[in-house]
Amino acid sequence: MQTALIKAKRRTAKIIIYAFLTLGALSMAIPYVWMVVTSVKPIEEIQAYPPSFYVHHPTFAPYLELFSILPMWRYLFNSLVVASLVTLCNVFFCSLAGYAFAKHKFFGRDKIFLLLLSAIMIPYQVNLIPGFIIVKNLGWLNSFYSLIIPNMAMVFGVFLCRQYIMSIPNDLFDVAKIDGCSEFTIYRIIILPLIKPALATLAIFTFLSQWNSFVWPLIVIHTSTMRTVPLALSVLNSQFGANFSMVMAGATVVTLPVLIIFLCLQKYIIQGITMTGLKG
Amino acid sequence: MPSKKGILRELIQQRYSYLFIAPCVILFSVFVFIPVITSFFLGFTKYNVINPPQWVGLDNYRQILFHDPRFWKALRNTGVYVLGVVPISIWISLLLAVAIDQKVRFKNFYKAIFFMPVVTSVIALSVIWKWLFAGEKYGLINYWLMKFGAEPIDWVMSPTWTLPAIMIMSIWAGLGYNMILILAGLQTIPKTFYEAAEIDGASDWYKFWHITLPLLRPTLLFVVIMSAINSFQVFEQVYVMTGGTGKGVGGVLDCALSLVAYLYERGFERFDMGYASAIAYVLFGIIFIITLFNLKVVRSRFEY
Repeated sequence: MQTALIKAKRRTAKIIIYAFLTLGALSMAIPYVWMVVTSVKPIEEIQAYPPSFYVHHPTFAPYLELFSILPMWRYLFNSLVVASLVTLCNVFFCSLAGYAFAKHKFFGRDKIFLLLLSAIMIPYQVNLIPGFIIVKNLGWLNSFYSLIIPNMAMVFGVFLCRQYIMSIPNDLFDVAKIDGCSEFTIYRIIILPLIKPALATLAIFTFLSQWNSFVWPLIVIHTSTMRTVPLALSVLNSQFGANFSMVMAGATVVTLPVLIIFLCLQKYIIQGITMTGLKG
Repeated sequence: MPSKKGILRELIQQRYSYLFIAPCVILFSVFVFIPVITSFFLGFTKYNVINPPQWVGLDNYRQILFHDPRFWKALRNTGVYVLGVVPISIWISLLLAVAIDQKVRFKNFYKAIFFMPVVTSVIALSVIWKWLFAGEKYGLINYWLMKFGAEPIDWVMSPTWTLPAIMIMSIWAGLGYNMILILAGLQTIPKTFYEAAEIDGASDWYKFWHITLPLLRPTLLFVVIMSAINSFQVFEQVYVMTGGTGKGVGGVLDCALSLVAYLYERGFERFDMGYASAIAYVLFGIIFIITLFNLKVVRSRFEY
């Protein structure tokens, strides 16, 4: 009798849990579904009442319109170039510095590292105005330089690499040193292959955050050809905001590449967040 | 103490180390440390990018704190936003994390779906939600409101509802991130505690309040601090949701003007760079206090 009661209780608990999770999952998915659905709707159906998830006559017209009104291929190219180069530089510079901070003994090492680490506490808004002035004086406004160079190294990346490299036993490169390997060879042959997981995390996060980056590009890019995709989407929103299917087509173009990357690398991303508390 | 010559010799020996950290150190100096200091000094000047900066002492700060109703409006809005978004988001995330932790099937599916907004561009999310919130009757949310017998709400255009609309979206978007962190915290609670409570015949409810919550405290505090800091910097949502209304960055009557939105408007639309730098330092101060609170109070009290 008692066990039957407990079993019944357990079952209701299970049902409540699944109902709660399913409701949550639905509320997560609906905006995305609505985005894609709207992006293939002809105007008559957008204006139709009641709004429906079923599209009677799906059309690619909003996408064609989007790509003809704005040079979207160019924007995708810009975003891809910026995100990839920034990622490559971060992986290289952060691992290099992380190696030195973790395994080298040099004058002022811990002080310099602490100073770098303190930069994590500085909100990026404080740097926007002087950053803009510096970039302007260097003549980098409206160029790839302004989008790439200031972002080539992240404090967080150095920290991540240093932590990871510290766990590598010293014997590994003591042997290499005896064999006469140069410091850079040790870095290239021993360190790099060993810290691949950390570098993968760093690379994924840098790429995602650069792809989605908005505020910095908004400030340093004023010509239409140099826009990145999120910038283009915001322009689309303010200039063609009433054309919902086209704006949603734009949102789909920004979102889709990232979601594909995410679904493929899901495990590493969630692991990375748990490991580091970092946001994409 | 080594002699001066000794230090020099050491430096030469260590040239590789310096070479390795050089790119990062140079980049951080030019784009982080020099800007932080420059910004501090700019805060005491009047500067419009074209003419050289003009020293005005504490005028900017005096203006901000005592004679600028828009700053206070922005601070108030940001405060409302933080106090609304952080607790609600974390409570829902906590419930979700606890639910997922109960040996449910399709665990990874749930994790993935809640996490999608975290990796999506905030601009894209804001555009989508602006469409969901669209006025009259064709917006999905208003359609559902009407279906349940409620009045439709003019979310994006009315001064009362713009900020709540932005908050709803931000709560939604932050759930996955908080949930994953809390889930990691749940994993650190030893299973033996639950087993012991079960032997004593404790109910699920009791276990949640008396085991899960207290032991999860360090994690929850970390999540609270992180999301408070992030929420204080809200900008992109405001920029998009109020964009295209023809009423500046903050929406009608500045109803959704946030601190960073105000900073952006003063600095990059009106080129009041000195004033904007002062605003940036006020924001820095607020965030610094939260961080210090985190380091001093939270860390020392709840370490176990």
